[in-house]
Amino acid sequence: MTTAQKRTHGIDISALNRDDKSQQAGSLETCIKVENLDLFYGDKQALHGVNMEMPRKKVTAYIGPSGCGKSTLLRCINRMNDLVDGVTIKGKILLDNEDIYDKSVNVAALRRRVGMVFQKPNPFPKTIYENVAYGLRIQGINDRRILDEVVEKSLRGAALWDEVKNRLNDNALGMSGGQQQRLVIARAIAIEPEVILLDEPASALDPISTLKIEELINELKDKYTIVIVTHNMQQAARVSDFTAFMYMGELIEFGETSELFTNPAKKQTEDYITGRYG
Amino acid sequence: MDSNKIKQHISRQFNDEMEDIRNKVLAMGGLVEQQVDLATKAFMGYDMESAETVVQQDQLVNELEKNIDHECTEIMAKRQPTAFDLRMLIATIKIITDLERIGDEAARIAKMTMRLEGADYYQDKYYEIEHLLELVKDMLNGALDAYARTDVEDIVAITAQDAKVDREYTSITRQLITQMMENPRNITRALDMLWTARALERIGDHSCNVCEQVIYMVKGKDVRHVSREELEKTVNTER
Repeated sequence: MTTAQKRTHGIDISALNRDDKSQQAGSLETCIKVENLDLFYGDKQALHGVNMEMPRKKVTAYIGPSGCGKSTLLRCINRMNDLVDGVTIKGKILLDNEDIYDKSVNVAALRRRVGMVFQKPNPFPKTIYENVAYGLRIQGINDRRILDEVVEKSLRGAALWDEVKNRLNDNALGMSGGQQQRLVIARAIAIEPEVILLDEPASALDPISTLKIEELINELKDKYTIVIVTHNMQQAARVSDFTAFMYMGELIEFGETSELFTNPAKKQTEDYITGRYG
Repeated sequence: MDSNKIKQHISRQFNDEMEDIRNKVLAMGGLVEQQVDLATKAFMGYDMESAETVVQQDQLVNELEKNIDHECTEIMAKRQPTAFDLRMLIATIKIITDLERIGDEAARIAKMTMRLEGADYYQDKYYEIEHLLELVKDMLNGALDAYARTDVEDIVAITAQDAKVDREYTSITRQLITQMMENPRNITRALDMLWTARALERIGDHSCNVCEQVIYMVKGKDVRHVSREELEKTVNTER
């Protein structure tokens, strides 16, 4: 028996000193890889040669001042920027090693794999049930049994089921902001995406609803790869495993959240997260 | 690293709060330094008045500890500090514990001095520990200086001095044992001296702890319980 395995009074000492992080690092697998990404809105360059690898089933947070390009980068991951006029994108984004900007990619199929939730909850003016079932219905699934099952599973997954199970046929717009946001998340996970993109998901919510969303993010990462943009640095520190700090369209620093918030490598990062003049 | 680091926040109030904490730690450090000096000199020179002062001032040190602790907690709750700010607060909380312990050691020396009053064996004064006192004072001063300047440059020299302190302590012990063996009537006096030397040696250790926290504060690396070589390496690496 080595010293590390030795037990004292029934307490496994080696377990107390085990470094969870080092174990985690071994099992990391890249889900999304960004390679030399440049993005221009007309003449104006919004992203400058971004390179990063986001691990699967982990939460990656983007932080940075307004206009630094974090939302732009997030929207690149499910090609939402395609909808903006005058956008030019160079470089690659690989999802499971496939370039999502390849000509052969079906954008609608891509967005089924990469769901998105926005700052303001945007439920459809339909019942709670129909909101969640919507994604399946447009795929042509109308079997009531399947729909019932998926709706319940998704609402449970979004930690909303207990609050709404008796009012599934009420209009979704009658829910509170926090509930609406969780409903939108339920709608996103109903079609079982691989990746969920969250653009400031809690910035319009009260503190309790915010905590519920954060708790939910923590549960969702068992199944999904999550990328979140947030202005709330403490939120990034709480919910994410990895954090990327962006400034003026460049990725300044990307690393483990615990390291980035206690001992950042770059002065720019430090100035931003500690609230100093940059 | 520039020492004005705590003055660059966008929130001026935050600057003031951090500056206030730093000033209080330095005030506490200054007070503790004075306590050590006064207590040891009172012991060496049989000065009851100074010993009395040290015992009374210990209260002040304790109050400062609680006060600074409270302010650090408040900033953490209010501002959720990160990076250097967070490390400075954490380091400060630990540093003031060591400073308070140093104050306790000084008070211990002072109290022992007061017990010497009227002791008939007090013929020759206790100058053997004068050198030890100088070494330890130097370390404490250097540690506080490093904290004030958020600069780890001189820390290797300070921690190296701890080895000297240990050697000095060992040699005093040996000397005292010889005296005790020569004449049992020396034993009481030798024991007093031994306890004082021990207190000073502990103060050296506490000063080293302060240095380790300053390294954590500046470099973000935990250097407790590492070898001297590793500590030196951490101090000399960039960032």
